[in-house]
Amino acid sequence: MNLNAISIKNLLRRKGRAAFVLAGLVIGVSTVVGIISYIEAMTNDINHKLEKFGANILVVPKTENLALSYGGLSLGGVSFEMEEIRQADLKRVGTIKNSKNIAALGPLVLGVANVAQQRVLLAGVDFKAAEILKPWWKVQGALPDADGIILGAEAARVLNLGVGNRLQVNDSDLTVSGILHPTGSQDDQLAFTRIATAQSIFGKQGRVSMAEVAALCKDCPIEEMVKQISDAIPGAKVMAIQQVVKSRMETLGQLKKFSYGISGIILLIGSLVVLVTMMGSVRERTDEIGIFRAIGYRKRHIMRIVFTEAAIVSGLAGVLGYFLGFGATKAGLEMFNESHSGLVPFSLELAGAAFITALVVGLIASAYPAFMAARMDPNEALRAL
Amino acid sequence: MSYIVAENLTKTYGKGDAIVSAVDDISFQIKEGEFVGVMGESGAGKSTLLGMMGAMNAPTSGRLIVDEIDIYGLHQEQRADFRREFLGFIFQSFHLVPYLTVIENVMLPLAVVKANKKKKRAMAREALTQVGLGDKAKRLPNQISGGEKERVAIARSIVNEPPVLLADEPTGNLDTKTTREIMELLRQLNQEGMTIIMVTHSPDCAGFAQRILRVTDGKLEEDKSTIRSIEKWQKREKGQAPFANQNQEAIAGSLHAG
Repeated sequence: MNLNAISIKNLLRRKGRAAFVLAGLVIGVSTVVGIISYIEAMTNDINHKLEKFGANILVVPKTENLALSYGGLSLGGVSFEMEEIRQADLKRVGTIKNSKNIAALGPLVLGVANVAQQRVLLAGVDFKAAEILKPWWKVQGALPDADGIILGAEAARVLNLGVGNRLQVNDSDLTVSGILHPTGSQDDQLAFTRIATAQSIFGKQGRVSMAEVAALCKDCPIEEMVKQISDAIPGAKVMAIQQVVKSRMETLGQLKKFSYGISGIILLIGSLVVLVTMMGSVRERTDEIGIFRAIGYRKRHIMRIVFTEAAIVSGLAGVLGYFLGFGATKAGLEMFNESHSGLVPFSLELAGAAFITALVVGLIASAYPAFMAARMDPNEALRAL
Repeated sequence: MSYIVAENLTKTYGKGDAIVSAVDDISFQIKEGEFVGVMGESGAGKSTLLGMMGAMNAPTSGRLIVDEIDIYGLHQEQRADFRREFLGFIFQSFHLVPYLTVIENVMLPLAVVKANKKKKRAMAREALTQVGLGDKAKRLPNQISGGEKERVAIARSIVNEPPVLLADEPTGNLDTKTTREIMELLRQLNQEGMTIIMVTHSPDCAGFAQRILRVTDGKLEEDKSTIRSIEKWQKREKGQAPFANQNQEAIAGSLHAG
């Protein structure tokens, strides 16, 4: 028989009251966990979708010349006459602090080629990196080898070329190995070949016109990475594709702030439920507390009894609340939005945070009732019976 | 030397013209091992006096010395320690904790004492055996009779072997037979050396005490040996207490033994 046993036995005796406190906190915690899990799932989903946008950082030569447009996005200055980026320098991108967040680095050699008396923008591409950088590409045919070329859908139509046709690009003979399905982007207008082939055609060995970086992932510090790449390649201008990242992240940020505000209010309501119920419990137990004090319990003993009860209920509410919130979010997302399914991972951190938050809220809300109980004058308490 | 010394104990409530003296300048001394009854009409100040004796109700003025300790010179929390170490309480309405079993109720004073579980349980069992409830340890308070509840309350008050037992109308809710059993139990505890101070309305119960303090309107009206006090009461009431004669014999024996 110790003070903990008194707390546990009291909880078991007053099951209804304990259940009420438990329900109040479980609702609060599960709602907060649900909101946070949902935001987490949305963040994952947005990141997943953003990854499909391909590159989000561009590395271009420093220039004061006019800009060219590429893929509907502002590329900054890409000048064919200016000093271009040395391909060897790009390796330094792999040494930056956040290098593990780089999904792909795609050097690009751009040049205007004469094909069948037409001027075509020819791009030398790292096709392996292109799988990540341009996930929307679908090639009819095959990716090119050293003497191969693939054409954008519009370029193939204008040039009247198909898979297997040979063509003269500047002084090189190349075979069309594939045609890109229409992408709706400027890629439709271009012809693509291997980097080395393009460098050979344009006489730009060891140099690239620009590079695309796919570096979007959860918690990627894009702006920080831009700075790190700039420091790694001082001769280049590095830009984040802000319009893709920022707008979505800002929206998400606002949603997060709003949800945290709502969570705070829910927890406040939960704590008020605990406060009111614990106050009622203390008043109901005036005789017990009077007896405890009369037989020599110190104030801290009384407070410990109340706090132990609060801690047991709150801790339980934290655990139940987490699983309820997690389960509800998972079930809800699976039911209403298939694209989110499986994107709500079990988070030990969130579970721990839910447990600690419930515990702290429960204990803080019980502080005043515990103080009131401890302050009870045994003589007054027993006389009031 | 006296074990308990009450010096000019006074307790007033209210302010200005509305001041009421619940206890008015009461002084007395109690020796170790005495069985003292406190009698008086309702509202006379008996319970207030018992609260002061129990270190729970600080006097407006005066001092209470127990075993050379000035009780109200102690900090509130030290007084809680004093109650735990020195005093056992028996209340009129038993005041058992309803969700704890009989043995757990008895163990309550030990819950804040540093001792191993087995020892605490053994002490509680011994106290229950002493009050004749060794076989009902696992029952809940609502599964035992009123007399048994009173016995549990007594077991709880003696489990930590306090030198002083304070009882507030310990038989107020009991029938005659059970009252007598409880009083016999208290007398037995007293004979084992426990100092007992008992507030009671009942002259029969008071008959078990060696000495009666009669309180009227907050003042100590009388402080006499039980036999003289009971005789006086009998004359006043022109009645016969149901077991006064037997008790007087017992009291005489007890005084002789003391």
